Amino acid sequence: MSLTPFKVPIVPELRKNTILSLISKGLRVEERDLYTPRLVKIETGVIERAEGSAQVYLGKTQVLVGVKVDVGAPFKDTPDEGVIAVNAEFVPVASPLFEPGPPDENAIELARVIDRSLRESNAVDRSSLVLIPGQKVWVIHVDIYVLNYDGNLFDASMLATMAALADTRLPDYEELETGEILVKEERTTPLKLNKIVLTTNIAKIGDYLIVDPNLDEEVVSDTRIIIAYDAEGRIAGIQKSGPGAMTPEEILKAIDIGANAVRVYFKSLEEAIGGRVPGQ
Amino acid sequence: MGKIQGIKLIDELGRRHDGRLPEEMRPVRMRVNVLDNADGSALVEYGRTRILAAVYGPREPLQRFMILPDRALLRVRYHMAPFSTAERKSPAPSRREIELSKVLREAFEDIILVKHFPRTAIDVFVEVLQADGGTRTAAVTAASLALANAGIPMKALVAGVAVGKIEGVLVLDVDELEDGNGEADLPIAAAPSIGKVTLFQLNGVLTREEVERGLNMALDAIKRLVELEKKALIEEYASSEEVE
Repeated sequence: MSLTPFKVPIVPELRKNTILSLISKGLRVEERDLYTPRLVKIETGVIERAEGSAQVYLGKTQVLVGVKVDVGAPFKDTPDEGVIAVNAEFVPVASPLFEPGPPDENAIELARVIDRSLRESNAVDRSSLVLIPGQKVWVIHVDIYVLNYDGNLFDASMLATMAALADTRLPDYEELETGEILVKEERTTPLKLNKIVLTTNIAKIGDYLIVDPNLDEEVVSDTRIIIAYDAEGRIAGIQKSGPGAMTPEEILKAIDIGANAVRVYFKSLEEAIGGRVPGQ
Repeated sequence: MGKIQGIKLIDELGRRHDGRLPEEMRPVRMRVNVLDNADGSALVEYGRTRILAAVYGPREPLQRFMILPDRALLRVRYHMAPFSTAERKSPAPSRREIELSKVLREAFEDIILVKHFPRTAIDVFVEVLQADGGTRTAAVTAASLALANAGIPMKALVAGVAVGKIEGVLVLDVDELEDGNGEADLPIAAAPSIGKVTLFQLNGVLTREEVERGLNMALDAIKRLVELEKKALIEEYASSEEVE
C-alpha cells in the first residue's frame, strides 16, 4: 500500500522563494548552475570486513555501500549466472525523517532502480560468478546504507554501488569432494565488471529542470526523473519518481541534460577506481 | 517468466508471436461499475491481462495520522492475485508490488483534485486477476476508470501502455512472453487532454532516439485508450436509471 507522504519536511516559505527565484535566474542555493551536480567525493575500501565497499559524498548527502559475497544457488532460469541482490536501508542516523524499521517504499524503489540499471546493462559479468554450473554460484549482496540525507539518494547510491563493486574482490575457494565449496579468508580475484552505469537525478521545479536536487529542492519540486546511462551514452533505465507529471518534451530534455551531467559523475568515479574496469 | 532459448518473437513478415503487427495492441476491453460495494470500479483487459480496480472514498480516514488538513490523502495498492501468474504468487506484498503501488499512486497525485476533499482519504485498490504483461499500465487505465466511476473530480482521464523492444523492433503493448525475452520495456501512462506523462519507466537499454520513438508510440495508443475509457463511461451512464 502506498500513501501520500504525510511526514514531509517543511521548507519555510522564505527559503522556498529563495530557491525559486534563484532557479529562475539560472542559479542554485549552493552556488552552482541548474545542470551541475554538487561536489562528489568517493572513497573505496572503507569497510575491511566487506568484500567491497565505498563511501560517497554528494554535497552533504552521504551514502555507504558494502558488498558481501557468499555461496548460494543460481536462479532456476539462469543456471549459469551468479546472483546480485541490491538492498537499501534508510537508517535513522541519516535524517530526522527516517524511522527505524524495514525498508519503506522509498528504500525499495531506490534499491530496485539501481538493481535494474545494473542488471539490464549487464554491468556485472554474472557468468563469471559460477562455481559449480547449475548448482553453486557467488551471490553478491549490495547493501546501500544512507548515512546523511540531503536529497538525491539515487545518484549518490549509484556512484557508491559502482565504486564498491569495482572495489570488490571475490574470496578464494576450494571445491571439496563432497561438492561443498570451502570459502577461504584470502580474496584475490577482482569482481569482473563489463561496464559502468551511473544515474542523473533531475528535478522539475515549475518550468525548470535541475540536476542533482538537494533536500530542499526535492521537497519543493513537482517530480523527479532518474535516468541511468552507460559510458557510451545509451540509456540503461529510467524512473519517474515523485507525485507530479511531466510533458513529453520535458522528459526528452531531461534525458539530454542528464547525458551531459552524468559525465561529471563518470569522471569522479574513474578517478576513484582507476583502471579497474576494462574498456572504460 | 525467464528467457526461452532460441525463441523467435518476430517472423519474416514482421508479425509477432500472436500475429500482431509492431504497433498493434491486444484486444482491449473496459467495463465500469462492476462491483456493488465500491464507490467506483472497473474491469480492464489487455488481451489475457485482466485488472480489477475499486475506489473507496473520499471517506473518513481510518486512522488519525492519515488526516491531511489541506487535501485528501491518496492510498493506492497494486496487488497480484496468487493465481494470476504461471507459478503461484505469494499473497504477501512483494518488493515489486510495493514499488508499483508507489509508482501508481504517483501517476494520480497530480491528476485527482485532492484539494477538494481535505481531511479525507481516497483509496484505490488494484487487483491483478490475471497477469500477461503490461499489468501496471493496464492498472493505470483501470484506476482512471474506477476513479471516474466514483465521481472523483480529475483534471483528465489517464491511460497506460507499455512499449517493448524485441529483436531490435519497438512494439506496442508487450505481453509476458515478449517482456521476458525482449531487450527493453518502457511502461508509460499519460493524460493526453492536458499533455502530461504521469508514469514513466524504462527497464532495459535503449538509445535516446528509441526512447523518443517509444514515447510517441505509447502516446498515440494512450489517446485511443482514453477514447475507449470515455466510451465505457458513456455506455454505463447512458443506460443507468436514476433510483428515487
